[in-house]
Amino acid sequence: MPKLESVEELKALRDQLQRALRVSAKSSTTITVGMGTCGISAGAREVMRVIRDELKERAIEARVTTVGCIGMCSKEPLVDIQQGDEPRVTYGNVKPNMVPRIIEEHLMNGQVVDDWVVGRLRRGWGEQDG
Amino acid sequence: MAERHRADVIVSCLHGRCEGLVPALREEIERQGLGDEIDVVESGCRGMCAMGPVLLIQPGGVFYTGVQPDDVPELVQETLIKGRVLARLTYQVPATHQEICRYEDIPFYNKQLRHVMRNCGMIDPESIEEYIASGGYQALAKALTTMTPREIISEVKASGLRGRGGAGFPTGRKWESTLEAEGEVRYVVANGDEGDPGAFMNRSLMEGDPHAIIEGMIIGAYAIGAHEGFIYVRDEYPLAVKNLSLALEQAREYGLLGEGILGVDFDLDIRIVRGAGAFVCGESSALMQSIEGKVGEPRPKHYHATERGLWDQPTALNNVETWANVPLIINNGADWFASSGAEDSKGTKTFCLVGQITNTGFIEVPMGITLREIVYDIGGGVPGNGEFKAIQTGGPSGGCIPADKLDLEVDYDSLLEAGSMMGSGGMIVMDNHTCMVDVARYFVDFLKEESCGKCSPCREGIRRMLEILTRITEGDAVMADLDLLEALGRTVQNASLCGLGKSAPNPVLSTLRYFRHEYEAHIKDKTCPAGVCRALIEYYINPEACTGCGLCKRDCPQDAISGERKKPHVIDQELCITCGICHDVCRFDAVGVR
Repeated sequence: MPKLESVEELKALRDQLQRALRVSAKSSTTITVGMGTCGISAGAREVMRVIRDELKERAIEARVTTVGCIGMCSKEPLVDIQQGDEPRVTYGNVKPNMVPRIIEEHLMNGQVVDDWVVGRLRRGWGEQDG
Repeated sequence: MAERHRADVIVSCLHGRCEGLVPALREEIERQGLGDEIDVVESGCRGMCAMGPVLLIQPGGVFYTGVQPDDVPELVQETLIKGRVLARLTYQVPATHQEICRYEDIPFYNKQLRHVMRNCGMIDPESIEEYIASGGYQALAKALTTMTPREIISEVKASGLRGRGGAGFPTGRKWESTLEAEGEVRYVVANGDEGDPGAFMNRSLMEGDPHAIIEGMIIGAYAIGAHEGFIYVRDEYPLAVKNLSLALEQAREYGLLGEGILGVDFDLDIRIVRGAGAFVCGESSALMQSIEGKVGEPRPKHYHATERGLWDQPTALNNVETWANVPLIINNGADWFASSGAEDSKGTKTFCLVGQITNTGFIEVPMGITLREIVYDIGGGVPGNGEFKAIQTGGPSGGCIPADKLDLEVDYDSLLEAGSMMGSGGMIVMDNHTCMVDVARYFVDFLKEESCGKCSPCREGIRRMLEILTRITEGDAVMADLDLLEALGRTVQNASLCGLGKSAPNPVLSTLRYFRHEYEAHIKDKTCPAGVCRALIEYYINPEACTGCGLCKRDCPQDAISGERKKPHVIDQELCITCGICHDVCRFDAVGVR
């Protein structure tokens, strides 16, 4: 990556990255796994592995990404699904055997699995819901 | 392809649900004479199968869902030729999603204010790009190009930011002293040596948003004229070390660290130093000794670190959370920062909620919030049938605050008044099954292990206090021991060299202040009211409730329980070692403590 030589270059990079992220978020499914120490100790690595396997098996090109701890350590592993421009939908205490149902119902059928859902969240704190 | 075509239409062929769409698109594009300009690309499933065929037009990022072959002529005409977006095809949030509770409405979050931790759990900490896209390093750009070092310092001073490591020294004043002190070189240091049992908010910050700390440090280094910085992280936080190292590397690659940062005549590099597991190294002078490669022991404070810190040069040492607050102040201004928080404690503070609390986790709240709001509204109260008894703030050397002080507003000064302290932000909730003498003994035992041994009040005093506390929990103490304990505590508090010793008696003195009756019960009545201290309790089986299932009998390591199947069992008190296993395994609540 190129060194930023000026503030203008930083601003241009920010705008470019924002556009790219917005487009990729808007036009695809992003699955986010909480991978702070608390998440990992609650089994997030295994959950993430199962998510990847499941997506591969169903030939779904979703973006799988990791984040740090969001605070609800008692509900780890946390898995968020964001599709299009909608808020992230968070599932709590996700175990590997819950993954197929979440992918089947949420991704394939567009039905949130109510039993396991914790809440929904905009991409920044305090941003208004659409 | 990208060079030849003006635009790509990317169609996600969703498990065969869009038959006819791709040919229709190609045909229509050809018919309009756009075949050379626009390409139709079929891509894999994007995991939005329920929304029907989805279609993305690049560049521009127009995204349509549920596109049918019938839509094609209008789509080509309006969007591809005229550049208009067709509202009816844009993504609609499914109705069921609107019914899900918003984070802001979940009790855990609705009293929180996420400023410092704004990116934790939101962005990928391994990606500097996501940090930059979320507005990261803009404060640095602003500080470097539009503010003088003095202006940065006055902004931080005006914000009222105080050190988040717990002592609460005004950050702006610290920087000012460092800038004004005489020295050949200056240093910035971030303290990430979070060692309090039950505290992990610094870890969450370092793991979840490392760039916020780095950005704050670069701004601070520019303000005081430092060209070298250190982040001191305990080695027990491998993920924090990993994410911070990666973040530093990325910042160097983008030229945000190194020579001529952002084209400005300012150089800085930051290194990570890993702590080797000594609790005392979280103390500022011990931490600097440790960075220098010496034994991690505090030194007398004839000079402040701002005058003679690292290698006897002026040093601005702040907690990682303090550093992460700096970009916010530069971006939004001192007034914005000072608009949240309490009178003399501005802004927000992160805490960890652990112990007998429903929602274990880390939180960020405006200063001045009451403990009651933290425990009941955010924390969800005590789980099960327990009853709230006390909350310990400030880590092992903090104090225990009882239930009748729950309306205390959390800020640096009120916590000190209540005999505790802010500390770095650990909060341990205790219920009626917790013995306060045992708690004090536990923390003093921890501090005995962690005392570096350099000064005798701390080294010897804590040890003697532990002996007395152990005697009390074993029922061997006399009432005069309480006075001795108190006197010892005051001496250790007044005479110790560093903050570890000065605050070590807090758990004892605060429990003596608020829970003296429990100490007296141990000494006078030889009972432990909470049923914890093993030497003072006995387990018994309630014959009314016992079903004679035999579970306790099977699990008793002493074979102290006898009884016929389906008939009430009894415990032989001579053999019983009060391990409590019978109490834990009983499914009928038949084993009691007295």
